[in-house]
Amino acid sequence: MIAYVIRRVMYAIPILIGVNLITFTLFFVVNPPDNMARLHLGIRHVTDAGIEKWKSQHGYDKPLIINYEESGLATLTETVFFHKSVKLFVFDFGVSDNGRDISYDISQRMWPSLAIAVPSLIIALMVNISFALLLSFFRGSYIDLWGVVFCVMMMSISALFYYIGGQFLIGKFLHLVPISGYDTGLDATKFLLLPVIIGVIAGIGALTRWYRTFFLEEINKDFVRTARAKGLSESVVLFRHVLQNALIPILTGIVAALPLLFMGSLILESFFGIPGLGSYTIDAINQQDFAIVRAMVFLGSVLYIVGLVLTDISYTFVDPRVRLQ
Amino acid sequence: MLSTFPDVDFVLLWTDALIYLLVGAVIGVGWYTRSREHLLAPWRQVLRKPLGMSALLVLGIYLFIGLADSIHYKPRIGEDAQGKPQYAAQIWSGLDAVLKTLRDRGEKTYSAPFAVHLYMKETIEDSSGAKRREYPRLQFGGGHLSDPEREHADDILQRIVIGIATGVGGAIAIVLLVAGTLSFRCKETWSTVFVTMVKGQRDLPWRSLFGTLLGLTIFMGVLWNTAGSYHVFGTDKVGEDVLYQSLKSIRTGLLIGTLTTLVMLPFAILLGIMAGFFKGWIDDVIQYIYTTLNSIPGVLLIASAVLMMLVYMETHPGMFGTGVERADFRLLFLCVILGVTSWTGLCRLLRAETLKLSELEYVQAATALGVTHFTIIFRHVLPNVMHIVLIAIAMDFSGLVLAEAVLSYLNIGVDPTTYSWGNMINSARLEMAREPIVWWSLFASFFFMFLLVLSANLFADAVRDAFDPRLREHQG
Repeated sequence: MIAYVIRRVMYAIPILIGVNLITFTLFFVVNPPDNMARLHLGIRHVTDAGIEKWKSQHGYDKPLIINYEESGLATLTETVFFHKSVKLFVFDFGVSDNGRDISYDISQRMWPSLAIAVPSLIIALMVNISFALLLSFFRGSYIDLWGVVFCVMMMSISALFYYIGGQFLIGKFLHLVPISGYDTGLDATKFLLLPVIIGVIAGIGALTRWYRTFFLEEINKDFVRTARAKGLSESVVLFRHVLQNALIPILTGIVAALPLLFMGSLILESFFGIPGLGSYTIDAINQQDFAIVRAMVFLGSVLYIVGLVLTDISYTFVDPRVRLQ
Repeated sequence: MLSTFPDVDFVLLWTDALIYLLVGAVIGVGWYTRSREHLLAPWRQVLRKPLGMSALLVLGIYLFIGLADSIHYKPRIGEDAQGKPQYAAQIWSGLDAVLKTLRDRGEKTYSAPFAVHLYMKETIEDSSGAKRREYPRLQFGGGHLSDPEREHADDILQRIVIGIATGVGGAIAIVLLVAGTLSFRCKETWSTVFVTMVKGQRDLPWRSLFGTLLGLTIFMGVLWNTAGSYHVFGTDKVGEDVLYQSLKSIRTGLLIGTLTTLVMLPFAILLGIMAGFFKGWIDDVIQYIYTTLNSIPGVLLIASAVLMMLVYMETHPGMFGTGVERADFRLLFLCVILGVTSWTGLCRLLRAETLKLSELEYVQAATALGVTHFTIIFRHVLPNVMHIVLIAIAMDFSGLVLAEAVLSYLNIGVDPTTYSWGNMINSARLEMAREPIVWWSLFASFFFMFLLVLSANLFADAVRDAFDPRLREHQG
């Protein structure tokens, strides 16, 4: 088991190097730091001296990959590539373009993200599994048909409409909860309620329909027919046999998404003014703060790969047929 | 500036060229399929699905509007001293020409749907010189009414009723026309054709087709009859007709949904089949590439790429022309970026399928007979994975239309000057905070986008049901 985990982690390293190279190419080769400086200082009123000053302030004044002015190891370490990209591997994110420590910001902002993502995930799971079970109980009937059509309709609505409409309806029209903002401690609950509810509703269409296919797949299997032949009631068949087996693909799918919960939801957070990592990323995109975007790309990839490894491990727990190889 | 007609100067934008190419390719594939029964069979199954066909009808109308909006030209405005024709600087499209009334009839600022007054009060000086604060009359919305307070409601009602009647009449005319054509082609009496159609006993689901048709013709009849005299969906901040904006946005949505696929397909098909067919180190390399790309969270990768594109375009202003051409380049780049970041899913599916296929007897027999790899791939592998490609194209379309809205909302989508539902939603966010709220922009974008995405989803389901052999076994 441990050997397997170690091997999986080793396999992740070349992928992270690849991610690093892609971001480096995107952020430094396609557009040299000069262009970035020009953009930040305003396109028209810019002098060469100003560009040099901005670059040295933000540490972009070194050569990109090889520094011929230094000797020995320093030819490779005194470069933009080493300082801005290689250091990501030890989670040294450096400072953002407006001078803040990115690692500190991330450690502060991941908690509000989690405070939204975790309850959303749990509630969504319960709601969608219930709906999907209901639809598969009535499979083939008009309830099932129109339920699925309703799901398709719900997934045809852009998430943006759920956010804007939900905020208007629940927050502004009914005055039930504050429309946006955040607070520390337990006071945060009233701010979290709205985004969590709307986030769950926005996902119902796609997820219910998806889970329903898992249930229907199990229902057609031989052991379910055997269970019915034994004379078990339909509800026992559904809950004991179908639900338990269909939970395997559902839960392992969620394990893959677990680490990414830290990243938060980009639009949801910025829309409801939650100071999480999602809105952090959006702000960085809007302010064209490339240091933060780079850090978030790397962090996201690391979390994604952790999710992959966790999924593989969780398979070995829930399904004894899966062997570690 | 391709060819010069007597009164217009045609302009070919890059996206126009690609969309014509795409239409040409679809027609070509259709022609190829026409005479091959084994390729036609699943399509016949699609044609028998009521929901799928209704969706196809709606998609067809969207496509028609989108194509009309993809013919760009500069109208002639006169002649210079030497008698050479002079053309306007502004680029028009075929749709603009049809919607000229909507395009030209701008108001000063916001106005509600069917309103005759502006949304905001202004200081008005009447003939006696006294100043009052009141809602000024709209220039064009209900401009034909002499006494709006009294005539307004009646006029709208009358126009809507006439519109509905026109729609119903149009639908009946089309139904009669279709029945007539069918009775001519099938050599049946007109009444048998009509009765079997209404009873749903024919091959095609005519009942649901006609139901959808009726809905569409009524909607269009009402629009046709009212949009000339009122702003049916209101006007936006600078007084532009929201209906016009929504219709212009159709092209953007369709382009993102289709051109992205066009960019994505070569990557996915080539790499997927290569990985599955050649195995070994080629497979390892390709797997490594797509796992790496996949591990970067999608939105972040797209955002970084778009940011870099923006920086490049800002620092090289001369390269991309001006105005419309620049916005067009940005749209094209967006499609390329979306395509380059989204081929991994299809690639993985194709790899798995090719792995399976390459172990089958007929492929092994071809190998044993000394057929080259290239020929095997083209003759035996590619035709047998095309159903996966087709399902992926259909399923991806709606997701891409939705993605455009989100990206434009985050200001990393299409150019702010391009008409798109995402840009409309983006501005609607501030409008919803006004008092009284300005809801019509949001509603219009919601309505038009929902209709497109819903039809695309329903049609994609029908295509998947017909083409996925696994599902066919379940039904059989």
